[in-house]
Amino acid sequence: MQARAEEIGTRGLMITGGVVVVLSLIFILMDGPGLFWKRFLDGLGNGFVYGAVALALVLIYKATGIINFAQGSLAMFFTFIAWVLSNEQSWPVWLAIVTAMAASALSAAAIERVLIRPFDPSNHLPITIITIALLSVIDGLALYIWFADPKGFPSPFPSTKGDVVTIFGARVFYAQIGIWSTVLITTVLLSLLLNRTRVGLAFRAVSSNIESSRLVGVHVGRTLQFGWALAAAIGTLAGCLFLSSGTTQLQPLFMSQILVFAFASATIGGLDSLVGAVVGGLLVGQLQTMIGGYVKFIGSDLVLATTLVLIILVLLVRPNGLFGSKRVERV
Amino acid sequence: MSSVESQGASAGAPTLQPLLEARNLTANYGPIRALHGIDFEVRQGEVVVILGANGAGKTTTIRAICQMVATTGSIKLDGVEISKKSTTDIARSGVAHVPQGRGTFPDLSVEDNLMVGAFTRKDKPGVQADKDTWFSVFPRLAERRAQLAGSLSGGEQQMLAVARALMSRPKVLLLDEPSLGLAPIIVQDLFRRLGTLNKEQGITMLVVEQNANLAFDIADRAYVLEVGEIALQGTAEQLRSDDAVRRAYLGY
Repeated sequence: MQARAEEIGTRGLMITGGVVVVLSLIFILMDGPGLFWKRFLDGLGNGFVYGAVALALVLIYKATGIINFAQGSLAMFFTFIAWVLSNEQSWPVWLAIVTAMAASALSAAAIERVLIRPFDPSNHLPITIITIALLSVIDGLALYIWFADPKGFPSPFPSTKGDVVTIFGARVFYAQIGIWSTVLITTVLLSLLLNRTRVGLAFRAVSSNIESSRLVGVHVGRTLQFGWALAAAIGTLAGCLFLSSGTTQLQPLFMSQILVFAFASATIGGLDSLVGAVVGGLLVGQLQTMIGGYVKFIGSDLVLATTLVLIILVLLVRPNGLFGSKRVERV
Repeated sequence: MSSVESQGASAGAPTLQPLLEARNLTANYGPIRALHGIDFEVRQGEVVVILGANGAGKTTTIRAICQMVATTGSIKLDGVEISKKSTTDIARSGVAHVPQGRGTFPDLSVEDNLMVGAFTRKDKPGVQADKDTWFSVFPRLAERRAQLAGSLSGGEQQMLAVARALMSRPKVLLLDEPSLGLAPIIVQDLFRRLGTLNKEQGITMLVVEQNANLAFDIADRAYVLEVGEIALQGTAEQLRSDDAVRRAYLGY
């Protein structure tokens, strides 16, 4: 039988903590604590967004064992829908975002029913290829409808020049704090949904053992459909949040780099751990800003590559990621 | 225990109509036919055992009931044809199946395993009461209620799988080689408990087993499968004293 080695959660935290402390000390010695703190806060916003997209990836991976390569494109497409609703239909931004999330959930449920469910769930390759096909179809569709020119996305948070607080000497925009807290609240709600509700129990059962789920009367297809819908809604929220900081504009390929960082976050977190996804996201966000800030010879163009190299180093030491379950056989 | 007793209330008087009835059942893995049109039945309150060597089709038979392999022929539960339903709907109509290799949910806690066993039930207080009942029947599970099922020993997992299956208050419990991979002393304990569950609570069971000695101890009737066909059938006493069965399955 397969079981999760129980101490892995805490061991993962200890290793993460150790590496983070050592690196932080080196960085503080280099440029002083003020700059370090500022860079740390800068990295949080991106980190939380990577964490949210990683959550969406992990939800589907846990249940089906596949990586949904279309996750980012779906999020991009429905971020456009939110933009259309708020900019062209003049809806309040929050209402537009929530509506886009609901629409993305319904679309993902339809995609699951039509394109995924007909295939044998234990055969991962065809399903993975379908998600790659979906990625190009959705990207193409978005380019066809909205063209490649960037558009300003309205922030759901107060974001005039004066909406700033100073935290220990570093200036932080309200939008940043909004992003952090929205992702944290989403994570808490998600874990309540999975651990305290009937549909959550069904989802965890299907993630653990599909055959036994059928034998206790769980509708496996519908449960997986729910997972796809939930993941799409979280992805869309992450897309909207990423643009809320105002540093990036909306255009059809804006999610592709985020998706790569989110893959990295999910992998470093262990691919099947929701906590790991968020922690992984925060780590990758920090790596990205810290490498950009402190290791100047690398330059901004190679930050992505360097971050991924560091992640490969982590995986060499811990192949299951920091929080991933190590399957052990016990008979 | 009171909450579970009611489900076997009618166990005393055997009814004419079998609770579970298979007629001319075949099972196919692609082009390969594993069952060649077998008939069997399980009556209310009975323990029926299917014996057979490796590859005889025991597991296939029990998987065919739940439509986990392609089948032809008829399977009726309480007179209702179930062979065209999905595995999920068969479970919902009252067939609880403990698959080979335990079939617990390794990533869920012991308590969540029991809760997911009662997934199709709507009576929350009844589910809670049954959970307490099974924790008192299996105190080892109560001690480990917050632990992940995958970290239990093999014997504990098998107990959990049985308790999980009974949480749905099934009409019939199907057990696929419950002794597989367990130490002899644990297997004896498990069969003693299964016997008690049948006698005290009238739980109807269909058990697939290689360990004929233990199976006969709790069985009312038995079928012997040989290469996908029923070679022998009868009461447990008849088959136990049958020379061929003795030589092949009892080893004396």
